[in-house]
Amino acid sequence: MTAPILAVRGLVKRFGGLLATDAVDLDVRAGEIHALIGPNGAGKTTLISQLFGELRPDGGTIELDGKVIDGLSTAERVSRGLARSFQITCLLSDYSVRDNVAIAVQVRQGHSFRFLANVRADRELRAEADALLAGAGLAERAEEIVANLSHGERKQLELVVALASRPRLLLLDEPMAGLGHTESQQMIEMLRGLRETVAMLLVEHDMDAVFKLADRISVLVYGRVIATGSPDDIRDHPEVRKAYLGEGDETC
Amino acid sequence: MNGSSSARLVLVLVVLVALAALPSVADAMGQPALTSLATRILIYGIAAASLNLVLGYGGMVSFGHAAFFGIGGYVVGILYQHYASGEPLFGFVPGSNQLLVTVPAAILVSGVFAAIIGALSLRTSGVQFIMITLAFAQMLFFFFVSLKAYGGDDGLIIRRANEVPGLNMRDKQTVYYVCLAAAAIFFVLLWRVVNSRFGNVLVGLRQSERRMAAVGLPVYRYKLAAFVISGMGAGLAGALMANFMRFASPDMLHWTKSGELMVMVILGGVGTLFGPLAGAAVFIILETVLAAWTEYWQLGLGAILLFVVLYTHGGVQALALRLVGRRV
Amino acid sequence: MTLFLEQMLNGLQFGVMLFLMAAGLTLIFGIMGIINLAHGSIYMVGAYAGTLVIGQTGSFLLGILAALGAAAVTGVVMEMVVIRRLYRRDHLDQVLATFAIILILNQLVTILFGRQPLFVPMPPLLEGSVELLPGLVYPVYRLSIILVGLLVAAGLYLLINRTRIGMLVRAGSTNRDMVRALGVDIRMLYTLVFGLGALLAGLAGLMAGPILAVQVGMGEQILITTFVVVVIGGVGSIRGAFFASLIIGVVDTMLRAYLPGLLRQVMVGSEADALGAGISSMGIYLLMALVLLVRPKGLFAADS
Repeated sequence: MTAPILAVRGLVKRFGGLLATDAVDLDVRAGEIHALIGPNGAGKTTLISQLFGELRPDGGTIELDGKVIDGLSTAERVSRGLARSFQITCLLSDYSVRDNVAIAVQVRQGHSFRFLANVRADRELRAEADALLAGAGLAERAEEIVANLSHGERKQLELVVALASRPRLLLLDEPMAGLGHTESQQMIEMLRGLRETVAMLLVEHDMDAVFKLADRISVLVYGRVIATGSPDDIRDHPEVRKAYLGEGDETC
Repeated sequence: MNGSSSARLVLVLVVLVALAALPSVADAMGQPALTSLATRILIYGIAAASLNLVLGYGGMVSFGHAAFFGIGGYVVGILYQHYASGEPLFGFVPGSNQLLVTVPAAILVSGVFAAIIGALSLRTSGVQFIMITLAFAQMLFFFFVSLKAYGGDDGLIIRRANEVPGLNMRDKQTVYYVCLAAAAIFFVLLWRVVNSRFGNVLVGLRQSERRMAAVGLPVYRYKLAAFVISGMGAGLAGALMANFMRFASPDMLHWTKSGELMVMVILGGVGTLFGPLAGAAVFIILETVLAAWTEYWQLGLGAILLFVVLYTHGGVQALALRLVGRRV
Repeated sequence: MTLFLEQMLNGLQFGVMLFLMAAGLTLIFGIMGIINLAHGSIYMVGAYAGTLVIGQTGSFLLGILAALGAAAVTGVVMEMVVIRRLYRRDHLDQVLATFAIILILNQLVTILFGRQPLFVPMPPLLEGSVELLPGLVYPVYRLSIILVGLLVAAGLYLLINRTRIGMLVRAGSTNRDMVRALGVDIRMLYTLVFGLGALLAGLAGLMAGPILAVQVGMGEQILITTFVVVVIGGVGSIRGAFFASLIIGVVDTMLRAYLPGLLRQVMVGSEADALGAGISSMGIYLLMALVLLVRPKGLFAADS
């Protein structure tokens, strides 16, 4: 068994009287896709934001590669191998698709206190961005302004931009949300292709995708992890069925 | 893409030639005052373009840029006063009347102040940032008003413009050409900066700070760097203005001056390289024309500004383009 | 000691005036998300309208009505003609449009009344002074300002915590879209809130008349100080605005009253006076810088 790349211990976040994250313990191992499921409002995005340094937790520790990263800024966490995608896409909407990827590559390459050379004449940057886009089938859309992209394309671009920083652990916040069936299948294939290179914490409502992709699943309800285990364990877990899957069955 | 950028280069060159020929043409027309008008436009163009770097490219609405403009002016004025009296500033900094000394000093000091004010103001964003930059500029305004040793309320008279070896700076045309040279260097540098890696992240920050943080950018230091560069540019403009007017006063830091710089930016088009220069030209010419016509010119200015904000998107440039487009 | 108490009262009086301004700004920003630079202009309109009517009729009561009426009308017209178009715009457009309003109103007032400052007589009823404590004689007029300010604060507290409008204001300052979703007539609510803010500014302008000179530019002077209040108190918090107003009022007054004297003990009189005046006029801004270092969101801001 490999050592966890991400280890969360006793993480707590309060919003006023509401306990949004309630003593969460969570591991993601290298090479693993670990899905995080739970009903709406369970605190999944809040958890991701804390892992990524966008929200400050009220207690607990987060370790990346065995090193505590609690006090680090988002930028420092990214430089240590963390990246995330956003549920509601968060892209540079006036920029082209290529620019969005290139800027992520640029930031990964080091500081941007370079004032004189024209960034758009940088072939290396452009080549790497185009290669990443080609990998996601977005090569033809490279010149397009992000504001003109379809929802599905934006979701794909979110992922490409996250990959541009060459993460070792990807935090994916509902990458399938709002995608049609074909687009979802494409996204699943893409994520499956990535599992060799990058570990993932996958927050997702699409159970089909979760059971296809996940090595392990954790269930978050009211800010607490009520179960962690293999997809089969989770499917059969009584408490999970009651708290989560049962609910889902009724509506489906 | 290539065609339009080379067309733009031609346009810039044409404007540059026109600006170079302007004093002779003005004299030939018997309108030497035009040269002074053009000098002011160039200087305000530098200041407005500096503001535009944070405002238009970086999305930081600074309402206090007159502070750096004024500091630039005061550095020239104070150094001149110490040069004239022979007493060193703080007991060890000798005064100077050399433009090649005072202008870099002005840029440097403005940069230092921008670093301090920016470091504090950028801890916030949005509406707080606007209020705080305004408040700090007002603080410096009061500071210079109370600075009796340097003229206080009345300001500081600079008896002669700074000297440049080999040039006669008493000649208004020479001052114009010095300002034109400074503006040319400034705009070339600014053009490089906005297209550089630094400019790239700056424009990225305007679009989404959250995204830029998520790709791993330490956001704060880039915003601060942009703020400092911007303050230095405004300081340069202030130093030139003090030489042109031979006067530095708290009026240079007055909050309405910050507002006017913003107006120039929006008149010309936010986030464009030469827009602020065009905006400065529109503003200064408008001011001159309206002021010659009525004492209450600000009424007209206010009405025009209101119209531009409410009914045009992208300033006069965009409006002109749209009008032309409609006619075609 | 009595001098100190007197200065405390002066600070308090300045503080409540600031609060009248800050409360309006905060309400308008909190519920509509608008930064209104022209709030100071409404203050000026109130002062001029009051001055004019008092001068014509000699009645302070009519002056009050005129000031409040003129301010409210100015505010509502401003909202309907300009501000309403700015709700969906960014802060830059809001700043520029309201800056334009300042230019226009200042110029109009200059055309109507000239550049000379006007002076307003004290209302006869509130003339004179009372002895609050043995040796502490204080002008009745300034005491009345404090009283009015505190009453307004109490009224606002009740309005915000006990009424439906207040509930919307509170909800609106945290979640504007939610208020829209509640099916409230947003347009009406906005006009109402803007009118209320304008009323408070007009009241402040009127009360300032007999103490300060009524002149063009008076609005912007108090506006910028009010911004300092809002930043220190925390944007969007009425409670913060109240406490920060009092803090700023007292600190500013105390610095002006005592700093030159303190400095005179360590340096030459004229230099001390100049430096003292300089530092005390910068004092509140330095205080703001300090607050920004410690709590960038303001002293009373709710945690994110």
